[in-house]
Amino acid sequence: MSETLTFARAITEGLRSALESDPKVLVMGEDVGRLGGVFRVTDGLQKDFGEDRVVDTPLAESGIVGTAIGLALRGYRPVCEIQFDGFVFPAYDQITTQLAKLHYRSRGRLQLPVVIRIPYGGGIGAIEHHSESPEALFAHTPGLRVVSPSTPQDAYDMMRAAVASPDPVLFFEPKGRYWTKGDVTTGAYPSADDAGRADVLNRARVARRGDDVTLVAYGPTVATALKVADALAAEGTSADVVDLRAISPLDVTAVAESVRRTGRCVVVHEAPSFLGAGAEVAARVTEECFHSLEAPVLRVGGFHAPYPVAKLEHEFLPSVDRVLDAVDRALAY
Amino acid sequence: MPHTTPGAPAGGPDGAPADVTPLVQLVSPTGERVVEPDNAAYRSRVDHLSAGDLRDMYRDMVLTRRFDDEATALQRQGELALYAQGRGQEAAQVGSAYALAPQDFVFPSYREHGVLHVRGIDPVDRLRMYRGQDHGGWDPAESNVHLYTLVIGSHVLHATGYAMGIQRDGLVGHGDPERDAAVITYFGDGATSQGDVSEGLVFAGVNSAPVVFFCQNNQWAISEPTSRQSPAPLYRRGEGFGVPSVRVDGNDVLACYAVTAEALERAHAGGGPTFIEAYTYRMGAHTTSDDPTRYRERAEEEYWRQRDPIDRVAALLRAEDGWDEAWAAEVDAEAEALGERLRTGVRELGAPPATAMFEHVYATEHAQVTAERAWFEQYESETGHATAGTGATR
Repeated sequence: MSETLTFARAITEGLRSALESDPKVLVMGEDVGRLGGVFRVTDGLQKDFGEDRVVDTPLAESGIVGTAIGLALRGYRPVCEIQFDGFVFPAYDQITTQLAKLHYRSRGRLQLPVVIRIPYGGGIGAIEHHSESPEALFAHTPGLRVVSPSTPQDAYDMMRAAVASPDPVLFFEPKGRYWTKGDVTTGAYPSADDAGRADVLNRARVARRGDDVTLVAYGPTVATALKVADALAAEGTSADVVDLRAISPLDVTAVAESVRRTGRCVVVHEAPSFLGAGAEVAARVTEECFHSLEAPVLRVGGFHAPYPVAKLEHEFLPSVDRVLDAVDRALAY
Repeated sequence: MPHTTPGAPAGGPDGAPADVTPLVQLVSPTGERVVEPDNAAYRSRVDHLSAGDLRDMYRDMVLTRRFDDEATALQRQGELALYAQGRGQEAAQVGSAYALAPQDFVFPSYREHGVLHVRGIDPVDRLRMYRGQDHGGWDPAESNVHLYTLVIGSHVLHATGYAMGIQRDGLVGHGDPERDAAVITYFGDGATSQGDVSEGLVFAGVNSAPVVFFCQNNQWAISEPTSRQSPAPLYRRGEGFGVPSVRVDGNDVLACYAVTAEALERAHAGGGPTFIEAYTYRMGAHTTSDDPTRYRERAEEEYWRQRDPIDRVAALLRAEDGWDEAWAAEVDAEAEALGERLRTGVRELGAPPATAMFEHVYATEHAQVTAERAWFEQYESETGHATAGTGATR
């Protein structure tokens, strides 16, 4: 079955499918129940699944994730919502010292199938702490999977795979894309085994085929990269756009396959470039594709400054023009 | 202005603590039954315990003490990387653990050796973490005891979430002692300052979760006395969260049993959480790396040595003709055997193979781990380093 859904609604339907398929799945967070979440991503779920499964929690992020860990130890599969990116840090300790490590620490005896949904990224004119991109901080922690969809179809598929996954998943939702629409095809809910191997949690997606330069992006910047590719096409340059989907694990194979063909690579994300996911991509591409490279791998990201006031965010975020500038520099080598 | 000078003893110059009334106490430090102030509600919870039951508690406290002493010695001999001593807290731990039903689940911090003993966790397994051989050491599903947690207070939220799971499983409020389940979580006076402990109380309170918050106030968080953690008595902490609270003499095994039984009964019945402050004393150092002579007075240690929880049970047994020399000799022999078993068992714990560090990072394949493990194995085979464990004698 296929229908046209907004990005946000695709996540809702992914959650609904998980709640219907597995009675152990819970949704929990601040305002996720009656209100349906501040972005309405959980709209209608409490009405359909009850207050014990779609839980309005106290206003305490560490408490949300800490109790989710306890629920997971009891056999539940909690999906936690952190209301905004900048508010994940009270839970950072629970995520990095506990959630990420309990499977390892117990030598596999304990499983932590917890999903942490984080609306992230900028471009919506918000006030401080509502526009950040902290994904690299989590990808640096072994034991966590870190993913970010860029299309409604991936949002739906990746949410279901994340909930079914036996590993903890940090699910970064590009909030600036919530209102975009796309066709979404629904299917059978995956088993834990299927989810663990699911391509959507492990494999990059080629969003556009091209031969002259590789644009690597994920989440909100995939749309930017596609606009860049359109602009380049008008100039006679064809860009390969690789949508990583996951930054942990990083699908180095897919990126390297592309760069070996194009010889040039530009990585785009909203998070600051310094020590961001793009730095890892650049290092790995250099290792894997050294003899194919015609130019150094370039990065376009946020600056090493706190996320600026909304009036300046469009200068901070990687714009089509800034990516085009980087592509021009790569092509000029 | 601070309420006390940092580093000052917790109580007066004779080492006695500040006023600790009210305090649930059923046995005095010299071994007499206590009836005043009225504690009939708690006395009734220990009426069924026979002299044999008391002897069992004594035995488990002695074995816990012996475990502690042997582990400390093993650390001194270089067999353990570190050890956190529980000396002095045997009554709080054994008494509370005796009140648990088999289906109840325990979230310890890292000093609950007496609880683990009562729950039947192998003594050698209890030291794997401290030997640097394993980050855990036992299977939580076998003993209903979660692994030790070193990040102070983090596990209090896990306990609360686990209790919320028990609620969703429909396992409270049936009046069936073999079915109704609850959670107990142990933490110290220092942990009460952690946000996670307060958040645990918030979540447990609003959800009426079946969890017992068992705070062992051993009066020292490494070098900081409880006065550096709270200007108010800790047992009052629960009140503001809507959680019934009680302070108990943590060196009185029967009182600890009674208040825990009351709290578990409430939890099992669907009455929600309870906060217990067990007022006790850390007779040893924080860990084998600590030196308490730098921050506390001999007089205080002596005051508490005179109130040793094990001596109290022995005095009670003697006062009530429950002491038996032949049995006491058996307990001593059992403690000797435990010591021997630990000395041998810990030394026989080999190191895991190097490749074990790549195992169970994820439950399903992760390309980064797979690639790094493959590289490591290749590197080891080319450079001739052994990837196998270092064997039983390590």
